[in-house]
Parts: sequence; structure tokens; C-alpha cells
Amino acid sequence: MQQNAPGSAVISLLVDNESGALARIIGLFSGRGYNIRSLTVAPVDEEGLVSRVNIVTTGTPADIRQVKAQIERLVPVSRVVDLSSAGPHVAREMALIKVVSSGEPRTEALRIAQAFRARAVDTTASSFVFELTGSTDKLDSFIELMRPLGLAEVSRTGIAAICRGPQTIQSH
Amino acid sequence: MTPKTASATMAAQTPTTLPGAEVLMRALAEQGVEVIFGYPGGAVLPIYDALFRQNHIRHVLVRHEQAAVHAAEAYARSTGKVGVVLVTSGPGATNAVTGLLDAMMDSIPLVCLSGQVPTALIGNDAFQEADTTGITRPVTKYNYLVRRPEDLAPAVHEAFAIAQSGRPGPVLIDLPKNITVGDAPYVGADQVKPRTGKVQVDPEREAVARAVAAMKKARRPLFYTGGGVINSGPEASEGLRKLAKLTGFPVTSTLMGLGAFPGTDKQFLGMLGMHGTYEANLATHGCDVLIALGSRFDDRVTGRLDAFSPDSFKIHADIDPSQINKIIHVDLPIIGDVGRTIALMIEEWEKQPAYEHKAELAAWWEQIEAWRGLNCLRFNQDHAPEAIIKPQQAIQRIYELAQETGRDTFVSTEVGQHQMWAAQFFKFDAPNRWLTSGGLGTMGYGLPAAVGAQIAHPDALVLDVAGEASTLMNIQELGTIAQYRLPVKLFIINNHYMGMVRQWQELLHGSRYSESYSDALPDFVKLAESFHAKGLRATQMDQLDGVIREALAHDGPVVVDLCVAEGENCFPMIPSGAAHNEMILGPEQEERGAKVTREGMMLV
Repeated sequence: MQQNAPGSAVISLLVDNESGALARIIGLFSGRGYNIRSLTVAPVDEEGLVSRVNIVTTGTPADIRQVKAQIERLVPVSRVVDLSSAGPHVAREMALIKVVSSGEPRTEALRIAQAFRARAVDTTASSFVFELTGSTDKLDSFIELMRPLGLAEVSRTGIAAICRGPQTIQSH
Repeated sequence: MTPKTASATMAAQTPTTLPGAEVLMRALAEQGVEVIFGYPGGAVLPIYDALFRQNHIRHVLVRHEQAAVHAAEAYARSTGKVGVVLVTSGPGATNAVTGLLDAMMDSIPLVCLSGQVPTALIGNDAFQEADTTGITRPVTKYNYLVRRPEDLAPAVHEAFAIAQSGRPGPVLIDLPKNITVGDAPYVGADQVKPRTGKVQVDPEREAVARAVAAMKKARRPLFYTGGGVINSGPEASEGLRKLAKLTGFPVTSTLMGLGAFPGTDKQFLGMLGMHGTYEANLATHGCDVLIALGSRFDDRVTGRLDAFSPDSFKIHADIDPSQINKIIHVDLPIIGDVGRTIALMIEEWEKQPAYEHKAELAAWWEQIEAWRGLNCLRFNQDHAPEAIIKPQQAIQRIYELAQETGRDTFVSTEVGQHQMWAAQFFKFDAPNRWLTSGGLGTMGYGLPAAVGAQIAHPDALVLDVAGEASTLMNIQELGTIAQYRLPVKLFIINNHYMGMVRQWQELLHGSRYSESYSDALPDFVKLAESFHAKGLRATQMDQLDGVIREALAHDGPVVVDLCVAEGENCFPMIPSGAAHNEMILGPEQEERGAKVTREGMMLV
């Protein structure tokens, strides 16, 4: 049962930084009915020829294996690793969170932000923009705590992920 | 294009610079292209001009871009080479989309060149502009929009490599007009490193050894072979024959795999799946080791998934890792070229201890022979001279009389009942002779496919077994056939219905024949004559053989209107959502029908 339970997975890939490459990956997900929870893309080599894409998706282990195999068929994709099953990994995202409030809620928001080590990157008399980096869970709980304290807007990056230890996406 | 592909690996010497269209012609010639199927238009005028001024490559002018793709598919399927298509921008490219997806689904290597508006106009809604790479991304293995002259030749070379590597498929190159008009450097194929390195061609010996060990333990084995064996090349078909002889195991095939194993061989059980034979489907259901070779467990093959071959140890050899465990969980995957897998299986079979279950295998064959004894394809034809011709009779006689000619015969089909009957009654003894739209089920495939096959094999006998509804979808290709004097024989199995639609309406929708009647049909004999072909017709039994013989003997294109019984259904049939052992048999055989479930009705 445990083996076939649906779960969340982080898939990281290296892709040639060419026009249409991202559309190919996203089109594959929508065309085959796979889910994308979050997506990050940026060039990661010196010349800017290769981009790394991190996708959080959901499904049973068999679904995830199928997703990975389908991505591997794409010509510009040179590496695909399911970080969730490849061993321990670090996954982080960043959020900018705007809180508009005054009086006691405003003080409370600042106190909680300090506890979370969120930085106030913009401050006005009636608002804060907090910058917070961490795991998805940490960001989720911070945002939940801000909700009654004047939460006005959230912008999240989606996760960047990498495996722990000396192994790399290339050596997996 | 990334510099990674080509420009970066370019040799240091100054490359030859030519107008882009000439670079294209040179690259195509270097790739060994002999024929292009295409249709001109504004955005490809420079390419057509370059075509005009060279002698290496022949162009076949079709009458619709979809037909160009199907013709190229049949050319590829019947020769093992890459089919090449040339279409203009906008509608030219969108008309090619159905054909590209057809090639994608059936793993046919194609390169489609499409014109595009000049790069400066892209995105401006220019005349005959389409986002061709956007539209064709999900229907191709890969596609290019060539934005820089230096990417042109490398893109062409890489496209041919990608189309053929691993699991073959269509590749599109979108060519803006300024790229084909302006100068571009020429680089040879040897200077391009295509991104095809991920493909695992050689299977792991250890996996093959384990597969053969399982085969040695099998008491009720079955080979289930598919189009991959054809794609792997004639050596794979040779290997399959050898492996089957060596093991004595029965062989069934998918629609796409027909011809890889001789249809007339005693070890061949016929096609499996929805309209497969009784013996093939019951063997699939009852086997204890199922050896899938270059097949992909398509829903037309499996029927109800939880009842598919329930007690077997499943071995799946395929070059495309994404096919493993996609639909059916298999016990032993083997990634690699199926021809090489078969060759290794033969080595391992001879190396490992002798097969010990000969008695059980003999009992399995006895069981299979009992199923075969039902004669599931038998139909009752009244042989009175004025009797109405049954479609099965027509197709069987086309096969038998074509056999009598002794000529190398290529058969294309449209899609529907006639296609399934052709698959059942034609016994192909060689690969690459059977040209049909399997995965996509594209009505209108057959006539342009016959064009492609006849262009590739000018001296062969090329037949299109068609239905009257399907063939009207690309009937304009009679013009192409006339222009190139292609002696294609178009046999229209004319039952005045979209037969398969009518059959499903009868079985699943209370015989409410909603919009499936072929009303207002043309007079096919006169239609043939207006396209400079011979037109023939048979309406009753005493005309059938004579008309087929006359068509086969005629040294030119023929359209034969075979007016057949309207109400015949194609059996056996596994209704949607049913298992292999719940087949519906014809009225001639014992009736043991399965109920069509509500879930089954939702399936197509």
C-alpha cells in the first residue's frame, strides 16, 4: 500500500537553454495529465547554455517513474533526477509576503517574523514586506500565521532543490 | 538551436557559404534523400526554386499536405528510410499536423520541412503565419525554428539523426523565408554531433539471460510482437523467425507488427486484441510467460487492464523506456533495440540448459489448436452468381488473387472495418509490406500511403484496401496517382456506411445509426475515369473475381467499387471494457457474448 500511495516528488532536470524548451516540458505535463505544483527555471552554467528546472509534482511512485521516463525522451533534456527517490536532498524556496496592519497585529507580525528569521525588506507605517527562505512547510506555516495579522499578498518562487552530499545531478 | 549541437563542433576551416535553400538541398542530398513529398506556397518558393535547379532529389507533388505526410510515412515504412515532406507556412503546416501525429503514434521516421514567414515578421500575424513549432510540438519527436543561418545545415543533419534514433518519429524544421533566401554556411553531417546519446541500443545481457531463464521455465509461453520489430529492420524479423523456430513458442502480433513473422506460418496465431483471433486472444489470456517484443500494450491490444493476461510472467523488450510499466506492470523489462534483444535471446537460449517442458508445450499447442479449430474468421458467403458479396469475401479474394500474381505486394488501408478484415485475411510473409494507420487511426491514410509505397517501389503491386467513407477523405490523391502514372489499385469495400461506426452503434447504441450512412456517394467508376484511371465495379458474386483479376492485371491505376453487404460486422470483437476471454464471435461461431459495461461505453 505504502509503495503505491500518491505523494509529492521533486524532479530536477538539465535542459539546453533553447527557445521552446520550457514549453516542451510544460506541454508534456499538461498533455499527459501530470500535475505541476511548483516550477523553477534558470540558467546554471557559465555560458548560459544549460538551464536547471525543478518541478514539484504529485503521484504514485509508478506515476513519478512514468513522468521521469517521459521527460527523458525530450531531446533538449540531458539529465533527469527524481530527487525524492534518489536520496536525501535540500529543497528551499523564497517568498515575499506583504502584511498590511497597525497596532497590536503589526507588532505581532514583526515578532513572528523575527522568530522565523524573516527579513523586512520593505517597511511603511502601515505595511511590511517580509522576505523568507526555507522549506515549503516553513513558508506555509509562516503565511498561515500572518493571515489573521493583515496578510495582503504573497509571491513565492517555487522550490530550488539539490541533493545532499558530494553527489551531483550529473553523477546520479 | 543551442551552440552545443552543431555550430560549436564545426571544424575550424571556413565553411562554404550558399543561399539557404541550396544549403538545405545539399544537406538533404548528403542525408541520402531521393524523394520529397510536398506542395509549394509563398514561404517555400526559394526552396522550390532550389529544387528546380538540382538533379539529386525528386519531388512528388501531392494534392493536399496531409497526403504528403502519409505518402512519406508509407515511403519510410516500406523502405526503412526517412520520409521527407515539404510544405508551406500557415495552412500548409497545419494541414500536415494529422500526418505528423500519425507518424508519431506509429513510430515512423520523417523529416517535415515547413516554410515560415521571415524572422522579422514572426509574431506579427503575417500572411500565412502560424506558430508552427508551437502547434507541432506535441505531435513531433522534436522540432526546430531556424532563426540563424548557421543553424540551418546542423538542424537538418540532426533532424535526420533524431528521426531515426531510438524509437523513430517525425521531426519538423520550420524555415523562415529570409533564412532560405539569405546566405548560410554549409556544414557536413560529420561535423554535427546530434543529441541522440541517451538512447540505449544494446540490451543488458543479464536482463536477457533472466528473460530466457523464464522462457525455459514456461509451460504456456507466447511471443507478442509489435511494430518495433519492423522498425528495427529486416534482421529483427529474421531473428524473430529463428527464435520462434528454436523455441517452438506460438507468436501473435499487433496490427503494426504484421509481417515481422510470416502470416502463413503454423506458429502464427494471427493478430491479437480487439479484432484479433480467438486463438491469439485466449492464448494471451492463458499464457504463463508473455514475451512482448517491440510492442506497447496499446488499449486495442489489452482490453480490460485488470484482466489482461492475468497469470503470466511478463517480459517487455522495448527501446523506449517510457513504454515500460506505462499501462501494464511487467516483471522483466529489457531496454534496447528489439532486434539486438532477439539476437541475444537466441544466443542465451542455445547457451542455457535445454528446455524441459516440451510435453507441457505440446499440451499448450493442443489447446491452441482447439481454439483455432473454432475458425473464428469463418463467414458464410452465398456463392450463387447473383448473391450479394460479403466484405470479408471481397477482401479474402483480393488477398488470394494478389497472391496468385506472384508479385511483391504492398498493402495500405484506410481505417475501419475493412482495415481490420484486411489485417485478419492478408497473410504477410515479409516485413514492411503492410501500411496502416494504427495508433492514430487516421481515415484517409490509405490512398496517399499507396502513393508513397508505389513511388518507393515502382515495380511492385500496390493495393489500397479502402472503405468508401475513409477513401473520400483523401480522394484528391487520384490526381497525384494520375500525374505520376502510379499503377495503384484502389479497392473500395463499399457498404454505404462508416462500417465500424455503424457496428458500434449496432452493438452499443441500440442500432441508432446516427450520421454513419454514406449518403450521396459519387459514382466511383466515373470518378476514376475523370482522374484518368480505370474504373471497375462488382455488385454480385459472379463479378467479384473477374473484376479483381482485371484490376490486378491492368497496367495503370484502377479504382474498384466493390459493392458489398451493408450490415456485416467485424468479428471476433472484444467489446470495450471487456477481457480477452469475453470475446464476441461472429454469427457463424458459438455465441458467448460479453456484456458491454457502462465503463466500456465510455471507452472508444
